[in-house]
Amino acid sequence: MDRTNNSNHDVPFSYVSLPIGPHEDEAPVESRGKWKARPVVFCGLLVLVSLVAFNGYKGSNGNITTLTSNEDLKQKTIPSHKWKPVSRGVSAGVSEKSNRLFTKSNNIGGMLFPWNNTMLAWQRTAFHFQPEENWMNDPNGPLYYKGWYHFFYQYNPNGAFWGDIVWGHAVSRDLIHWIHLPLAMVADEWYDQNGVWTGSATILPNGDIIMLYTGATDALVQVQNLAYPADLSDPLLIDWIKYPKNPVLVPPPEIEVYDFRDPTTAWLTSQGKWRISIGSKMNKTGIALVYDTKDFKTFERIEGILHAVPKTGMWECVDFFPVSTKLDIGLDTSARGDDVKYVMKVSLDDDRHDYYALGTYDENGVDFVPDDTNKDVGTGLRYDYGVFYASKTFYDQSKERRVLWSWIGESDSEDADVAKGWASLMGIPRTIVFDKKTGSNLLQWPVEEVERLRMKRCKFHNEKVMPGSVVLLNIGSASQLDIEAEFNIDKKDIEKIKQTNEEYNCETSGGAANRGALGPFGLLVLADEGLSEYTPIYFYVVKGSNGNLKTSFCSDQSRSSLATDVDKSIFGSTVPVLEGEKLSLRILVDHSIVESFAQGGRTCVTSRVYPTTAIYENAQLFLFNNATEATVTASLNVWHMNSAFINDKQVKLKS
Amino acid sequence: MTMLKPLAFLILIVCTTFVVTQCRTIQPNDANLIQQTCKKTPNYALCIQYLNSDPKAPSADVTGLALIMVNVMKNKANIAINKIHQLIGKSPPDQKATLNSCASKYNAIVVADIPSAIEALQKGNPKFAEQGANDAANEANSCENGFSGKSPLTAENNAMYDVSVITSAIVRLLL
Repeated sequence: MDRTNNSNHDVPFSYVSLPIGPHEDEAPVESRGKWKARPVVFCGLLVLVSLVAFNGYKGSNGNITTLTSNEDLKQKTIPSHKWKPVSRGVSAGVSEKSNRLFTKSNNIGGMLFPWNNTMLAWQRTAFHFQPEENWMNDPNGPLYYKGWYHFFYQYNPNGAFWGDIVWGHAVSRDLIHWIHLPLAMVADEWYDQNGVWTGSATILPNGDIIMLYTGATDALVQVQNLAYPADLSDPLLIDWIKYPKNPVLVPPPEIEVYDFRDPTTAWLTSQGKWRISIGSKMNKTGIALVYDTKDFKTFERIEGILHAVPKTGMWECVDFFPVSTKLDIGLDTSARGDDVKYVMKVSLDDDRHDYYALGTYDENGVDFVPDDTNKDVGTGLRYDYGVFYASKTFYDQSKERRVLWSWIGESDSEDADVAKGWASLMGIPRTIVFDKKTGSNLLQWPVEEVERLRMKRCKFHNEKVMPGSVVLLNIGSASQLDIEAEFNIDKKDIEKIKQTNEEYNCETSGGAANRGALGPFGLLVLADEGLSEYTPIYFYVVKGSNGNLKTSFCSDQSRSSLATDVDKSIFGSTVPVLEGEKLSLRILVDHSIVESFAQGGRTCVTSRVYPTTAIYENAQLFLFNNATEATVTASLNVWHMNSAFINDKQVKLKS
Repeated sequence: MTMLKPLAFLILIVCTTFVVTQCRTIQPNDANLIQQTCKKTPNYALCIQYLNSDPKAPSADVTGLALIMVNVMKNKANIAINKIHQLIGKSPPDQKATLNSCASKYNAIVVADIPSAIEALQKGNPKFAEQGANDAANEANSCENGFSGKSPLTAENNAMYDVSVITSAIVRLLL
């Protein structure tokens, strides 16, 4: 795999403490005392120092990298021709709303983009979890044990498409640098012969590890099975044993045999029993079944259901966990108390999105009650408004945090997936906490360990961006970035514009090309200098009645690539912005994945981007403001990100 | 003797009822199911045509109908591949590259989309079948677009596209 785009990071960077002038080399010489080689050392250091100083000075003016030139800062309108749909020929054919199905076009002059190896190789990520090859989907059984983070995942060993599913396995010390291990479980029993599907881990107080997972039997029935490590003294948990008397749960009579999957992590009831939930449906009502157990071998079906919401369809990958309303830490899955709220999360088969609701949990009544019935499970908030599915949390007891994993599928053609030999990624693990400021949503944020990959930083402070301008940020190649940015709209601009009843919806907005008074503005990632390809990540502010501002946060893939066989949707949602808050965002760019977070993680959008031109050294970063009235001031930190070298290490085991 | 007549009549009623109810279990609603299902696809006539020409269709449930259509998709893909092979030898140079791209696309349909869809339908995880069918339609569409209006594969691409969107619509009913 081509990872040579890292080559421009071989030069020492400013994070190494560098002497800047020749006078600073006196210290080492003094402390050495008498030494015959002293003059040689002195000269060598002098040479080294001047080399380093020269490099550091040449690259930038210290840490502040200026924008390209004053010309760029002048009132430079975005050339209108650059904002027209870029996909040549496929005229009105590409529908933003369709779930990956393009409408048929009677097009003429269409251009086929045969993906070449250079373009495809660029798509592989540098610091996101992915196996070396083939297909991956749901995260399974994440857990922390004896100093290692464990991660399992749905995997097809035979191709870059879903099928023949088994459990992959990898371990890490820091959730970022992963070592691939042998497959944890394969389809070698009658009760999982047709698929070793999704499951969750429960760590018992005595240190036992329980894995419950769904198996598709030889008769194509979905059942729940128990597995556990063969050797708890092995911190890598390489070998797993399936309970000989599996399955431990079969579909109840009123449930279809193919609507019974994805058991949750268990939590302790006040009766001292372990309780789990399994998603299902009755007609079109999504439901969560409940079971109690003492030993994970025999289960008792609890009457009723944890929760149900009509018209949401099959509930996959149910997750149910407590969050603290007072502290910014995660809670053990069994925690309860006064300062605890509950989160119920489901993956909806119908629309391939993950939804959650905050609420209260009545253990006796076996009832989850959402705080806001208008934002119920499956009808309200989503973890992420982009490509993000089958997510699952676990409690990391070593750092007292709750961590969220999610499957990020491809948005390109299967043809490309087969050619490049792999499909799917995991998002960067995120911490989840309750948003105390709004009280009505969760905050997600990339785990802090990802910041260890930060290398050279480029800082921009109070850059004024006039309406209708695009500014190249001179940071060098931009395929692996961590960006933190704040935006301020000039108060005078807000005051002078009229109120409007406009309801902005990222998905139907037409994207960053459509101008409003107070938006869109933000960043263009994975953009080439000629702007033939670019992906705007932006805010769009509307001044509604009462003068209240409503803000949307979007990721616009409509001009992300000249290729015609990739998804070009626009994703996003409104984001609550409280009094006194600046508009802030964070973006992780890692080749073909872009993860964006607004207002500290109140609204998150993950997208897959497949440029043909804005790759390798041609990938650039721009600031832009396409609003008609608002002048925007932006401050940003942009870090180049190191690779995590995930697929460079293979653990080879003696058999 | 006179008792026999009403008795015979009673037996006749019972037998007829029995036979009629048995007939209904053999042919419950399936002619209806095919029609109902096809009504929810973008191309009713084509859907009916394909399903009616498969002997398994009348006794199939919706999953079975979807599997039948996936098989039709497989046939259409193979037809297209054969046509591409025929054309490649004697095609003008500007078409050759596109034909090769199309070959790659149809290959992806056959080795990835179809097996994925079959397994997904058989094992009760239909969303991967919808994904496969949608992708097949996109591949056919991309192939056609690649010829800039002078396509030698229009019939095959259209067939692939039409059958795929029907399949996708049927799978959607399972979600």
